[in-house]
Amino acid sequence: MSIVLEGARSPDSVATDPSSWDVLADRLFRGLAKAAAALILLLLAFILWQIGRRAWPGILEYGVGFLTSTTWDVGRGHFGILPAIWGTIYSSFLALLIGGFFGVVMAIFLTQDFLPPRLAVVFRTTVELLAAIPSVVYGLWGIFFVVPAIRPTANWLYEHFGGIPIFGSTLSGPGLLPAALVLAIMILPTVAAVSQDALRQVPYRVKEAAYGMGTTRWEAILRVMLPTAATGIFGALVLGFGRALGETMALAMLIGNSNQLSLSLFSPANTLAALLALNFPEAGPREVQVLMYAALVLLAITLLVNIAGGMIMNFATRSIRK
Amino acid sequence: MKRLAIALLLVTGLSTLALSTVDAPAQERVRLTGSGASFPFPLYSAWFKSFSGKQATISVDYQAKGSGAGIQDFINKTVDFAASDAAMTDEEIAKVPGGVQLVPLTGGEIALAYNVAGVKGLKLPRDVYSGIFLGKITKWSDPKIKAANPGLTLPDQDITVVRRADSSGTTFVFTTHLAAISEEWKKGPGVGTTVKWPASDKFVASPKNDGVAATLRQTPGSIGYVEYAFGKFSKMEMALLQNKSGQFVAPGGKGGEEALASVKLPADLRGWLPDPEGAQAYPIATYTWLLLYKKNSDPKKAAALRELVDYCLTEGQKMSAQMGYIPLPESVSATVRKAAASVQ
Repeated sequence: MSIVLEGARSPDSVATDPSSWDVLADRLFRGLAKAAAALILLLLAFILWQIGRRAWPGILEYGVGFLTSTTWDVGRGHFGILPAIWGTIYSSFLALLIGGFFGVVMAIFLTQDFLPPRLAVVFRTTVELLAAIPSVVYGLWGIFFVVPAIRPTANWLYEHFGGIPIFGSTLSGPGLLPAALVLAIMILPTVAAVSQDALRQVPYRVKEAAYGMGTTRWEAILRVMLPTAATGIFGALVLGFGRALGETMALAMLIGNSNQLSLSLFSPANTLAALLALNFPEAGPREVQVLMYAALVLLAITLLVNIAGGMIMNFATRSIRK
Repeated sequence: MKRLAIALLLVTGLSTLALSTVDAPAQERVRLTGSGASFPFPLYSAWFKSFSGKQATISVDYQAKGSGAGIQDFINKTVDFAASDAAMTDEEIAKVPGGVQLVPLTGGEIALAYNVAGVKGLKLPRDVYSGIFLGKITKWSDPKIKAANPGLTLPDQDITVVRRADSSGTTFVFTTHLAAISEEWKKGPGVGTTVKWPASDKFVASPKNDGVAATLRQTPGSIGYVEYAFGKFSKMEMALLQNKSGQFVAPGGKGGEEALASVKLPADLRGWLPDPEGAQAYPIATYTWLLLYKKNSDPKKAAALRELVDYCLTEGQKMSAQMGYIPLPESVSATVRKAAASVQ
């Protein structure tokens, strides 16, 4: 059979060589695609150059000390962003832990035949609608709903388990935990949508084969479907983390904007994005330099996370293919 | 068919005629654009709106970007006027060739709003409120607060201090006052649009007046500083503060006007009142300024600006008190009117 199909070209075949127009169209489109790709790189380089140029005096003046100092005192010219770096990573990590877990679970629930297809569509749209809510609304919702809702539990935890560093302070109002919870909801649609795509791309036959081998439903999901879709799900988590790192307004309203290094979930903290957004409008020329420096640091963190994510993803796919 | 064509022609001809007659006066309109302080924004926007409404030929646009951004715009000459809560420094004034006329148009008070269940009319002595913002007094049941408020039952609750997270003129005015009454504050956090606040779990920050107000409302046992106008409209409890002569004064009364009147304005109209004298003066008050070029490129614009200042000093002052700002004392508005003539 295969010998007949391969390379067989009967004299009355409809296939012809590409016309010169086809070649031209192909070249044009290829050129356009390449230009678009190059433009993205150029844009990134331009942004980096613009920020870097303005940050340069600040980098020269404050150097590495900027990354390790904890004071931000405009009047006396002391600038340090360690608490903001810590707060950015800590809050995003917490959000990823919560939002990532729920996002993936939701994706499994919506793709693995737990629901009739029509109902699944309703759920999917509802989750995606979460992405359409403006950041400020999340922030207000956090202040008016999340904070009062978790305050009793938080203060109970402090009273009984105050010895454990993560419960080491009372929650008065804004703080790390409410910020991370709201952030988790904000990254949920991203994680859920991309994970769903990943799970849906696993051919149905794979699952049928697993059932054929006598697995239960949960074994099929956990041992076969999830590992096969792992790359995509991991990509979803990295995207979610990236979104959490850069989120600004809701965090500025909820995190308390206090330059402290604390492990406690209930302490106010600070993030780089919030620091930038809140200080730019009235910044003097000197402060602009250090804010640009802080922006560069935020860019670097996001880049590192994405590179690390990509590497882990490669590693994961390779080990699955073995 | 022919008839239709004629009718169409007639209609288009008439409508162009009608349009051109409507357009004619609009061409002579003078447009003034300004930017700057957000502190007096509610008042300014009311003023400029009613001024633009009454004047057929002048319209005013104002953008509340913040004092710092306003001064930058003013130096870069991208606006016709600017507004600032911190006036302008000599260094900044030197950057404007032709000179700057600073025009104080209104004043505002900073109120200490608090959220303590069942506590109304709280009195705060000077050492107490500076102590709270220094992080030294941490409980509402502190003996010093109790001593000043014998009639009130104060809970044994932690004090949560809510401050502005963004850099703002409000913080500048507040810290200027604290530095004037407390040596420790002067040496510690100091004065500025943002300062280094005490590091404590009980100090949280929120962006803008709305953020501070929302956080205060949601946080039992909290205290924070907001513009009086804002506190008034969001119906928060505001503390009576002890002034220099030892009296406890509530914000929003005659105390603001007395505070403004207590300072004699210098020739450049940059009058500061970090700690006003006067028996009934409210202790935390400030002028806020309009920044005008002494030499304008367009004489029509200069005339429009003078007219605007004149309107704000007369009609405008009647709105101030109602909107939570301090009307200028009579003596001050006379001086200001004279000074505004230098805008050419």
